[in-house]
Amino acid sequence: MSKKIIATASLAGCFGCHMSILDIDDRIIDLVELVEFNKSPVDDIKKFTKHVDIGIIEGGCCNSENVENLKYFRENCDILISLGECAIMGGLPALRNGIPIKECLNEAYLDGPTVGLNTEKIVPNDPELPMILDRVYPCHEVVKVDYYLPGCPPRADLIWDALVALLTGSEMDLPYEVIKFD
Amino acid sequence: MKEKILEIIGNYNKDKTRLLDMLHDIQNVIGYVDDESILILNQELKISISEIKEVISFYHFYSNEPMGKVNIYLNNSVTSEMHGRGAVLDAFEKECNVTEGSVSADGLFGLFPTSCIGMNDQEPAAIINGKIFTRLTPYRVHEIVKSLGNGIKIEDLIYEGDGGGRNSLPEIHSMVCNNIRRRGALLTHDYKFFDTTNNLLSEKSPQEVIQIVEDSNIRGRGGAGFPTGIKWKFGRKAEGEHKVIICNADEGEPGTFKDRVILTEFPEMVFEGMVIAAYSVGADIGLLYLRYEYKYLLNYLNGILDKMRDKHLLGNNIDGIEAFNFDIRIQLGAGAYICGEESALIESLEGKRGEPRDKPPFPVEKGYLNYPTIVNNVETLASIPKILTKGADWFVGLGDKASTGTKILSISGDCNYPGIYEVEWGTSIKDVLDMCGAFNIQAVQVGGPSGALIGSKDFGRNLSYTDLPTGGSIIIFGEQRNLLSDVVMNFMEFFIEESCGSCSTCRNMPAVLKKRFTKILDGKGVQSDIDDLINWSELLKVSRCGLGQTAANPITTSINNFRHLYDRLIQPGIEFDTGFCLEDSVKDSCSAVGRQPTLHHM
Repeated sequence: MSKKIIATASLAGCFGCHMSILDIDDRIIDLVELVEFNKSPVDDIKKFTKHVDIGIIEGGCCNSENVENLKYFRENCDILISLGECAIMGGLPALRNGIPIKECLNEAYLDGPTVGLNTEKIVPNDPELPMILDRVYPCHEVVKVDYYLPGCPPRADLIWDALVALLTGSEMDLPYEVIKFD
Repeated sequence: MKEKILEIIGNYNKDKTRLLDMLHDIQNVIGYVDDESILILNQELKISISEIKEVISFYHFYSNEPMGKVNIYLNNSVTSEMHGRGAVLDAFEKECNVTEGSVSADGLFGLFPTSCIGMNDQEPAAIINGKIFTRLTPYRVHEIVKSLGNGIKIEDLIYEGDGGGRNSLPEIHSMVCNNIRRRGALLTHDYKFFDTTNNLLSEKSPQEVIQIVEDSNIRGRGGAGFPTGIKWKFGRKAEGEHKVIICNADEGEPGTFKDRVILTEFPEMVFEGMVIAAYSVGADIGLLYLRYEYKYLLNYLNGILDKMRDKHLLGNNIDGIEAFNFDIRIQLGAGAYICGEESALIESLEGKRGEPRDKPPFPVEKGYLNYPTIVNNVETLASIPKILTKGADWFVGLGDKASTGTKILSISGDCNYPGIYEVEWGTSIKDVLDMCGAFNIQAVQVGGPSGALIGSKDFGRNLSYTDLPTGGSIIIFGEQRNLLSDVVMNFMEFFIEESCGSCSTCRNMPAVLKKRFTKILDGKGVQSDIDDLINWSELLKVSRCGLGQTAANPITTSINNFRHLYDRLIQPGIEFDTGFCLEDSVKDSCSAVGRQPTLHHM
């Protein structure tokens, strides 16, 4: 069996989900037997060099660069997985979603208690900078997402089980206890 | 004012489980619960300020902000909408100079929406300063508001005697109609009130009574359908310093109003059912949780309890039975659908937010104040005296095998004769429609929003615990109704409003589903949106209680039974489209910082 190819990205996330991927401990050695990594912060490959089987996305979309990156993944991956709360629901960054973007920017750059160094009262607007979205979007509101692995971060075992299920084509065991609310 | 608040707290012996009563009383005096009162409650009851505030914010009928002198709660159930709520709302807004959801500038009028108030057979209805006004029209609104402006008291605006039956009694004095259209075994006057307690109870052991109830195979009438005899048996076995019988009269499922009618015409049978339950399980504490919307029945019901005490049907050594001590207190709710769930109801009875408990332990082991507790529906308890007098065989002879006895249906919507119909279990939907004069029917909502929306192919099915179970709510929709934008949308908004917010699934998912549903209604939907609605609805099943678990039912059952309505709305040929538009989503931020959007692609 040829190795499946995996790519990962962290959009508006904290890299906690990537840490959780690494948390599969020594099983990462087994994983390397099963897969090859392409574009990912783990190996620092910046651009897709080939078509990928599985794309794993951490974080939602808070700016235009996140959107472009996510679309880039969708175009290059057969299967796309939203990994963790932020990718699935927007997570902590989405706390701003109830506040108009102008108020957010003013608080961050003009009115907040920590803006003393911004003596020229500049709100960043360089054309090189990504544009901020009106709210933080979960990935599936931007592109088609095939699977969701919830958690903040998702447990390493969950990530492992899901990957193994995907790679071997077997059904994932999701007993009630795993998804029960409390 | 402080003395007054202290007096109120003193009236309840500083018992913090009576917080709901204190808040009601404070609100009666001040018009709302102000911060000063909260501080006094905090000091006197040793409950934190935030705990008191979270109770106030949980219940619809409490307010931490000044209310109007006259407060109008206009029912927003689907039936109310179907019978002209829009025009009535417009009239209130115009006459009172107020927009819905706020208090008028002069502080005279507050106008608020409220979930189904149990008047579905006489909509549009509103609660105005605690009084029920039914069958409102813009003309009537004009009349009411003008009269109030002329200093006429709200009590005097009720057309006396209009309601009929016991609604005309001075203790009730309400324009609410019973509309009993069909009487069966329960609603016929062939039983002498308290006959069982007076003549039968002392002859039978508690175990014998439970056996009769078990043999009758009666199941809970609230909707869940748990066998009552078995529940009582568990209650009998459970050990506790006290045991508690609770009657659940928090009839909140939109479209159901049968408990209101039972409590108006047959409260003696309900209370007697509680006495029999207490005798059977060995309970000494009795509580009836009356939804706030039925507050107009409170004095009347308390009067009946007083009469029962006079006749030694409550109190010590009831019916001369040694050490059979039991009394009943009526607790008034404060507006929360979720409190119909038994563990949420118990939390509310303890003076807290009505959030469902995690189970186990079940109430029958640890319920009210952790005592073994039996919670039964009004209709269930009302059935008990006749079952004991006439025997289990008589009851089993009614209905069908798995569903014995009769069911009282609350029928509303597009039919000639909305009201109360008592039918035997096993009756078909078609017969029900024929009974109430419903023609050219597109759909029927069986069991309220948490039940199912069914179409004509299912009208041959029967009402029973094994086919179409129902707590009694039947809402009928004619051909002219838009099932999706009028009915399903109304129900989804109901669930969003009534979620207690404890489980993230139920707090969020109904809103997420509504958004996707709206996308379809707006003509922007695609095939995969329908699939998403189906799949995401599954997630709600992990919620802690029935509300969360059934909150997607309006969507799932309408997709199952009216798929063509959805298919008609989606964009043909497009498999997937999130509807996301980068240009739109960066517009605000670019204008905020003063830059031109650069919409290049990598």
